[in-house]
Amino acid sequence: MSESAQPDGIKIDVKNLDAWFRGTQALRNVSLSVPKNTVLAIIGPSGCGKSTFVRCINRMHELVPGATQTGKVFVDGKDLHARGVDPVDLRRRVGMVFQRPNPFPTMSIYENVAAGLKLNGIGGDHKQLVEKSLRQAALWDEVKDRLQSSALSLSGGQQQRLCIARALAIGPEVLLMDEPASALDPIATAKIEELIHELREALTIVIVTHNMQQAARVSDSTAFFYLGELIEHGPTERIFTNPREPRTEDYVTGKFG
Amino acid sequence: MTMKAHTDKTYDAQLDDLRNKLLTLGGKVETEIAVAMRGLQERDSKLAEQVIAADREVNRLEVDIDEACRRLLVLRQPAASDLRFITTALKIVVDLERIGDLAVNIAERALDLNQSPPLKPVHDLGKLAELCQKQVRGALDAFVDGDVSMAEQVIKDDDLVDSLYHNLFNELLALMMEDSRNIRRANSLLFVAKHLERLGDHATNVAEMVIYMVRGTDVRHPGSRTSKSAPPTP
Repeated sequence: MSESAQPDGIKIDVKNLDAWFRGTQALRNVSLSVPKNTVLAIIGPSGCGKSTFVRCINRMHELVPGATQTGKVFVDGKDLHARGVDPVDLRRRVGMVFQRPNPFPTMSIYENVAAGLKLNGIGGDHKQLVEKSLRQAALWDEVKDRLQSSALSLSGGQQQRLCIARALAIGPEVLLMDEPASALDPIATAKIEELIHELREALTIVIVTHNMQQAARVSDSTAFFYLGELIEHGPTERIFTNPREPRTEDYVTGKFG
Repeated sequence: MTMKAHTDKTYDAQLDDLRNKLLTLGGKVETEIAVAMRGLQERDSKLAEQVIAADREVNRLEVDIDEACRRLLVLRQPAASDLRFITTALKIVVDLERIGDLAVNIAERALDLNQSPPLKPVHDLGKLAELCQKQVRGALDAFVDGDVSMAEQVIKDDDLVDSLYHNLFNELLALMMEDSRNIRRANSLLFVAKHLERLGDHATNVAEMVIYMVRGTDVRHPGSRTSKSAPPTP
């Protein structure tokens, strides 16, 4: 496997990434890195390449028919496209949570969390791992007495935390979150945000969000994408109080379109 | 700052409204100082009374501006230059209102002094008043135009104000020592000088906030920034 020369403490390193959907270029020469145990928020208008960027970090982009990419993505200094990298193993280490909660509909709450363990052939005490993941996702107290109920019996916010528990169960090092709270009410959203603060101790997180206040609240650094380009990336506080790029300024102050 | 309009035009209208209120307030306190000084120098107590009466409007505007800022903060959750503008507004409104109060204090001293025969003219007082008014005007112009060099000039002028004030202090002290019958009046004039000097300090505060508003850097109290663990830089 090829190693990239980079300082310690960088978890995700993206270099000159271009991505296409057939003829359409979705990302243009994007380079940025995410230090370990930090949260990166990605903001930008619809169609700016936010989700594509995130999907390149766990090789989900290439699952779309006609999708291609050039450039490099390194996780822990390892090139994701180096020979011998197993995308399934990669996705175990780089978990993902989507906009709409997507629990397995026919499974119970317990089975949903245990499913990843079984699929990945992870041994050990599943009961204990399920409880630990549900606790980590701040859902345990609400579901501990009805673990065998259908996952669909949960509210939207609970389902989303269930999906986070499912992602956490297999012990990822990176968690990608694509608009994880956009379908949730403010209380459920606050729970997810609190969760992000806690998970940051153990994980590196990349979150895509349209909610700029959310980006400001949860992240250490913020990247602004526009038309597939990375316009500005910097400490979150600076991006929201004193951005350097006029396009960032226009976007965060609401002067677009 | 970009001159581009917000996507939501009512946001622009609300920001403009706030800006206009601040300018109205600034204009009023500027006039208050000028009229208070005329009341003193022309020994016209009517003018001094005007200043005292006008302060009610200044106070009302202060409350209005505070309210407008709070509304914008909660409804718009402003960012970047908008955030800096609104937080600046919240801070300078306090300085402007204080400047108004100091003008009232000068007017009150004028009312008192106008009861007694004039003391021998103190030249530097007029000069000090002029300079302080220039500071207030400069700070307001810098705010309107987002003019950093103008703001820097206001800050620089404060040293001049301080040295003029010290000259005046010595001059008035000498008058008091010369003849104890001067003490009451000289003391009142000393208060006027102190009010003017304080008013210049408030103008300086406004100028410092204008620099923050435009550049996003805090120029107050250099070296006092707490260095916090810096978030990761790309």
